[in-house]
Amino acid sequence: MKFVDEFRDGRLAQTIARAIAAEATPDRRYAFMEFCGGHTHAISRYGVADLLPPQVRMIHGPGCPVCVLPIGRIDQAIHLALQRGVILCTYGDTLRVPASDGLSLLKAKARGADIRMVYSAADALALAQAEPQREVVFFAIGFETTTPPTALVLQQARRLDLRNFSVLCCHVLTPSAIGNILESPEVRELGTVPIDGFVGPAHVSTVIGSRPYEHFAEEYRKPVVIAGFEPLDVMQAILMLVRQVNDGRCEVENEFSRAVCRDGNLKAQQRVSEVFELRKSFEWRGLGVVPYSALRIREAYAEWDAERRYVLDYRGVPDHKACECGAILRGVKKPTDCKLFATVCTPENPMGSCMVSSEGGCAAHYTYGRHRERAA
Amino acid sequence: MSRGRPYVRPLDLKRGCVDLSHGAGGRAMQQLIDELFVPAFAGGTAVARGDDGAVLPELAYGERAVIATDSHVVSPLFFPGGDIGSLSVHGTVNDLAMMGARPLYLSAGFVLEEGFGLGELARIVASMGRAARAAGVQIVTGDTKVVEQGKGDGVFITTTGFGALPAGRALSGAHARPGDRILLSGSIGDHGMAIMSLRESLAFETEIVSDSAALHDLVAALLAAVPSSSELADPARGLRLLRDPTRGGLASTLNEIALQSGVGIELDETAIPVRPQVAAACEFLGLDPLYVANEGKLVAVCAAADTDRALAALRAHPLGADAAIIGEITDDPQHFVQMRTGFGGRRNVDWLSGEQLPRIC
Amino acid sequence: MCLAIPARVVEVLAEDQGIVDLGGIRKQISLELIDGAAVGDYVIVHVGYALSRLDPAEAERTLALFAAAEAAMNEGAADGAGGTAA
Repeated sequence: MKFVDEFRDGRLAQTIARAIAAEATPDRRYAFMEFCGGHTHAISRYGVADLLPPQVRMIHGPGCPVCVLPIGRIDQAIHLALQRGVILCTYGDTLRVPASDGLSLLKAKARGADIRMVYSAADALALAQAEPQREVVFFAIGFETTTPPTALVLQQARRLDLRNFSVLCCHVLTPSAIGNILESPEVRELGTVPIDGFVGPAHVSTVIGSRPYEHFAEEYRKPVVIAGFEPLDVMQAILMLVRQVNDGRCEVENEFSRAVCRDGNLKAQQRVSEVFELRKSFEWRGLGVVPYSALRIREAYAEWDAERRYVLDYRGVPDHKACECGAILRGVKKPTDCKLFATVCTPENPMGSCMVSSEGGCAAHYTYGRHRERAA
Repeated sequence: MSRGRPYVRPLDLKRGCVDLSHGAGGRAMQQLIDELFVPAFAGGTAVARGDDGAVLPELAYGERAVIATDSHVVSPLFFPGGDIGSLSVHGTVNDLAMMGARPLYLSAGFVLEEGFGLGELARIVASMGRAARAAGVQIVTGDTKVVEQGKGDGVFITTTGFGALPAGRALSGAHARPGDRILLSGSIGDHGMAIMSLRESLAFETEIVSDSAALHDLVAALLAAVPSSSELADPARGLRLLRDPTRGGLASTLNEIALQSGVGIELDETAIPVRPQVAAACEFLGLDPLYVANEGKLVAVCAAADTDRALAALRAHPLGADAAIIGEITDDPQHFVQMRTGFGGRRNVDWLSGEQLPRIC
Repeated sequence: MCLAIPARVVEVLAEDQGIVDLGGIRKQISLELIDGAAVGDYVIVHVGYALSRLDPAEAERTLALFAAAEAAMNEGAADGAGGTAA
């Protein structure tokens, strides 16, 4: 696979590892947050942590749209499928996320709900066309990467005047979440949670560009290096962050220049802004209610907005009391600091958001990294 | 059982469908058996048919009977490299082979859905017969039931296999010991991705073919070169166990072995063969080939001293041409399966949690 | 988040559709979010949509950067060898 395999080369990994080890000052601590679940996954899946010197520590961020999807939103989707009799189309990722009453979309399906896994938003639209007598709802989750395709199908639905199709919009915004982490007291108050820099999103940035991060670099004095999701990309980004810290720089650098430019994909941004507007607030699992951190469907597309069409109220549902996901997502705690980790909270029976998707910090550690606990 | 006269009209394999009478025990069912199943399963030494069960000949002196059963549901029913018929033979033959047994007989239970085309059923049954003859096993008894439309997925097939385990031979998932080597007979993920590529919502064009195959001949070749440790009566030598990594993939099979034997496992990622197309399809769908199903591969664990001999025996057989040594058994009270990644790091290889679902993130 | 993979455009179809190839796997995707995709281009594919075009020259540059990591270290030249501030 061209442009994939080259970026997984173990020999080059050793080269970059040696450079990181040599350039990271031994008596200094470097803590970098990889925002995206894609980076978390790459770090765990390829064993990147084994190639880092002990003074460089990675903190897993909240950039997994499945993990941050609150229970109340899944409840809405289940309600539509079970009580309102719609065909609910969803990406495979959300099927196992636990909701209220011991349910998940998969369990709702077992109770008779018509839930279909789709690979693409376009598949959901096609299903609505094929089954005009049924109401089809697309459960739209994801960050800026996944939003433009949803915008396109909403525009298409309006063009076709397809009245049996609507979208339950749960699209969220990356910069708001980064801002929320940087504003949290633990991070702001010096010394509690040192985050020395961010590995910035890969595919989100292909859409929004690198410009939105410039604010963080300036305002919060944190270096950001946008990086691809292949393991060498992550290694290189860590090296670039170490160099910024050593030099006292706080810049936005772009390691993923093969796919990301400063302005991003303007066409995609245009489509998104035609269809969506900012929500005043949105609840994130783990982070709580974050102002202006998500999108809702504009008035012009109200017909195709499942929240309006089915008059859905949002009801927040708290996580398990002992769950430490919020603190873990902000880098305050590690998965192993949580009493529930690997005892009652496992990938088969996730209690908190970080255990839900394989990209979540807890699930990644449970699945790929438990051997590390012994070494530590 | 032979009938005095043929039925008024032969089964209409072009347009005919399964209906409820085909499972009701009357003449329609008998006709289905006589015209569709019996000819397809013909061949081999005579085992009397028509009674409620089959009486099997005696085993050789010292041999023990091994029994294994497997239910087969697959969608779609026909896929590149096989169909539910051949799969239902291979699956059970392989279960017997993994025990070290020589597969001999199968029973076959069919659950048919009302409305299922008789032509398709005939194709499946013919494929089953061919697979059985190729594997040298006889289908000696069976059963057919019909469920109403909407209550089945065309056809479900349960096969039960009987095999003969030679005197002294013992293979078990509990026999792995630290220091043993782990061999894999070829590339992983082919069956699962061949099926996945045909699923409506994921459809992509590919030449991936299911690896569905009967492995007993490969096993015989391996055991001829490296008998089980119990046959050799030497704990430092011989074959410990065989497993076919079907559902849950290689990762789940290795975790089963680690747990059953109370050991750990250390894998070398670069040694595990994955076809480029399977790797690419997995990238598209966010799947890990370690968790994708196989239907014609085996995992063998043997004493370190016999590793080369075992590898050579596997590679000399067409079904084991790409065989590789993929890791070793370690001492680990937590029974972790770990892997040295091609990238130079380490990771756990956990059980599959839930179902292997395509993901977008 | 956001599983996406670079694949090569092998066919451009009507209505902003296209066929991409990844390691011998072919799939129809939408090219609607990018302008002027041509056969031979590599595009980043996410949920069946091309999100951006991949720049082969930049990819080469980044790979060269990996190889140069050690050289830079040996020279003690730790100046920002990465991509410029976007």
